[in-house]
Amino acid sequence: MTTELFTGAEMVVKALSALKVKYIFGYPGGSILDLYDAIFQQDEIEHILVRHEQAATHMADGYTRATGKVGVVLATSGPGATNCVTGIATAYMDSIPMVVLAGQVPTTLIGNDAFQETDIVGCTRPIIKHSFNCRDLAEIPNIIAKAFYIASTGRPGPVVVELPKDLLIPQNKAPFNIETNVKMRSYNPNIKGHPKQICKAAKTISEAKKLVVYSGGGIILADASQLLTTLVETLKAPITNTLMGLGGISGTHKNFIGMLGMHGSLEANKTMANADVILALGARFDDRVTNNVEKFCPNATIIHVDIDPTSISKTINAHIPVVGLVDIVMQQLLDELNEINYSPDEEALKDWWQQIKVWRDIRSVSYEQGANEKIKPQRVIEAMYKITNGEAYVASDVGQHQMFAAQFYPFAKPRQWINSGGAGTMGFGLPAAMGVKLAFPDKHVICITGDGSIQMNIQELSTCKQYNLPVVIITLNNRSLGMVRQWQDMVYGGRHSSSYMESLPDFCKVAEAYGHIGIQIDTLDELDAKLEQAFSIKDKLVFVDVLVDEKEHVYPMHIRQGGIDDMWIKKGVKT
Amino acid sequence: MRHILAILLENEPGALSRIVGLFSQRAFNIESLTVAPTDDNSISRITIATIGNDRVLEQIVKQVNKLVDVIKISELTDRKHVERELLLVKVAASNSKSRTEVKRITDIFRGSIVDIGKQIYTIELTGNSEKLNAFIETLSNETEIIESVRSGCVGIARGEKAMRV
Ligand SMILES: Cc1ncc(C[n+]2csc(CCOP(=O)(O)OP(=O)(O)O)c2C)c(N)n1
Ligand SMILES: [Mg+2]
Repeated sequence: MTTELFTGAEMVVKALSALKVKYIFGYPGGSILDLYDAIFQQDEIEHILVRHEQAATHMADGYTRATGKVGVVLATSGPGATNCVTGIATAYMDSIPMVVLAGQVPTTLIGNDAFQETDIVGCTRPIIKHSFNCRDLAEIPNIIAKAFYIASTGRPGPVVVELPKDLLIPQNKAPFNIETNVKMRSYNPNIKGHPKQICKAAKTISEAKKLVVYSGGGIILADASQLLTTLVETLKAPITNTLMGLGGISGTHKNFIGMLGMHGSLEANKTMANADVILALGARFDDRVTNNVEKFCPNATIIHVDIDPTSISKTINAHIPVVGLVDIVMQQLLDELNEINYSPDEEALKDWWQQIKVWRDIRSVSYEQGANEKIKPQRVIEAMYKITNGEAYVASDVGQHQMFAAQFYPFAKPRQWINSGGAGTMGFGLPAAMGVKLAFPDKHVICITGDGSIQMNIQELSTCKQYNLPVVIITLNNRSLGMVRQWQDMVYGGRHSSSYMESLPDFCKVAEAYGHIGIQIDTLDELDAKLEQAFSIKDKLVFVDVLVDEKEHVYPMHIRQGGIDDMWIKKGVKT
Repeated sequence: MRHILAILLENEPGALSRIVGLFSQRAFNIESLTVAPTDDNSISRITIATIGNDRVLEQIVKQVNKLVDVIKISELTDRKHVERELLLVKVAASNSKSRTEVKRITDIFRGSIVDIGKQIYTIELTGNSEKLNAFIETLSNETEIIESVRSGCVGIARGEKAMRV
């Protein structure tokens, strides 16, 4: 009997097929040409050729955030691999599963400063969940299977696999064996909440007079929004979402009090500050949420549910920590509440909601648009919401436009809102939107961006043409690095050091040059009609360049070093 | 507070660098670190001596545990344990007075002289870190210390319980 033998390159492709991968996002180069040759000779997996490896990582990332499937990136050794670093860090900060296959010089040359040799495993060590150096060709399939398993379980994250060239070449072959049901003695993602902690949590909740649910990206990652909605409706409690958690519960749900944190709603931050019990679900008390930790919600008992024990009591001490997958823990909690015949304290709830209404009525998330004024950026988001019925996928870049989108586009469903929250990576938006469009060609996919951010990956307009990815790009063009400028206005005495963009290109012409459609919007009276037009074009990418008021700031905004509810409500008005 | 942590991890390339990287990335202290394979060659054991308050220690333990290659971590200093460190030290022993003194001190500390040169004695001593400190201080009052090396501490819990996979 003879066993069939395969090259390492063939094994990579076979392993990816076995793991049901449909797309690879990448860019070729010397050390991985054998792998590209293997990709060429099959048709189960499609390779998407980007124009810069950073975009490959963001595109894979966007694809993953929208679908929940692990994104796969392929880059050559040296500069190809280092170009992935920002995208890996972005995925890491937001716990996005991703597998990055990076080429490497032949094992015989490693350590010799060979052409295009970079220790990519070393470079990425602090920004990955795990990484593998392949040194034996026969191990490739199982290493890839492990990489997928590690990336997608527990607290998800990116995994880097380094593939030296001599493991991929046609001269070296080995039998193909893969174990897709991975078990590792050193890695068992903890799954269920400890029953004692669940009991404590349920008891604390049942005694609460001013409960608030604070949920984050963990809900989205765990596909737990249905359960979250049930839990919130059982508790009849107010719920706030982090920037990463938007869509975890419908943005129009009556219990939803808006996003919290630096640019969150006043009512969300006030509710947190005045709560007696905070139920944190898949959120990590990020400094953009807490403001000054010393002043954080002093009267609250904190129940913190998270799959990652390191997130618990890292910045804010949790009184009742519960380590476990958030969906499973929520179900345990519901069962326990049922067990103890829980019913909410209606009297207390009435007072609590009355109080919240007072804060809500301040309408902190609002803006004023005069008929003859320049277009307000918020107005663009509202128009975009109306035209798409609130059903679009919105991938965002980073800056003021991102916060306006988060504030003025209430997301009905999880995975609709795609943004780089933890890393805040400008240049994320367009490639991320492309990844979403690839997965959902029939849905509206918007890239909301700024004149600064769009230029950080604008070359991808070419990829959009090649693969027919008709996303709608909406640039809130304020001729400046708006978010930087806002800080300079508020904190640096109005000194606009390098935050003004001179010599901006004519974006519509740029889009046209790449074979797309450009639509310019300069005045309020043409806004709605032209946006309608943009969304009515289904088969071509439309680049909408909207001139917006460059003076507009994002409000509300935390007052630095204050408590969570110390905020600027609008220019010159504090809480 | 000083803490000693024992870590069992996969004996794989890169595993140690992840531990070291983690400590520097998160600004945790390392006072000493030792590593070697255990009786099971697929597993390495690391002993780290670190300094930090309870909050920091909690994060260290959790963060180390989160590393994919780490199988187990346990703190030795919160229970009865044995702690040892090895010292090798070269001292000047150029006249008979200093030679007798060095020999006397070494005996008191239950060390042994492992090499003798014309001008130099090399001494070996094991014990906990404090004992080693005291020895060096005593020696340095009597003679000149020419070179010294310490292994960093290793430790093991007392009693029936074992840290195994
Ligand atoms: C790669 C990267 N570099 C720098 C920053 C810092 N930064 C945050 S927002 C911002 C301005 C973004 O400008 P623009 O895209 O025009 O958006 P706007 O704020 O004007 O809406 C900058 C420079 C960042 N987040 N990412
Ligand atoms: Mg701008």
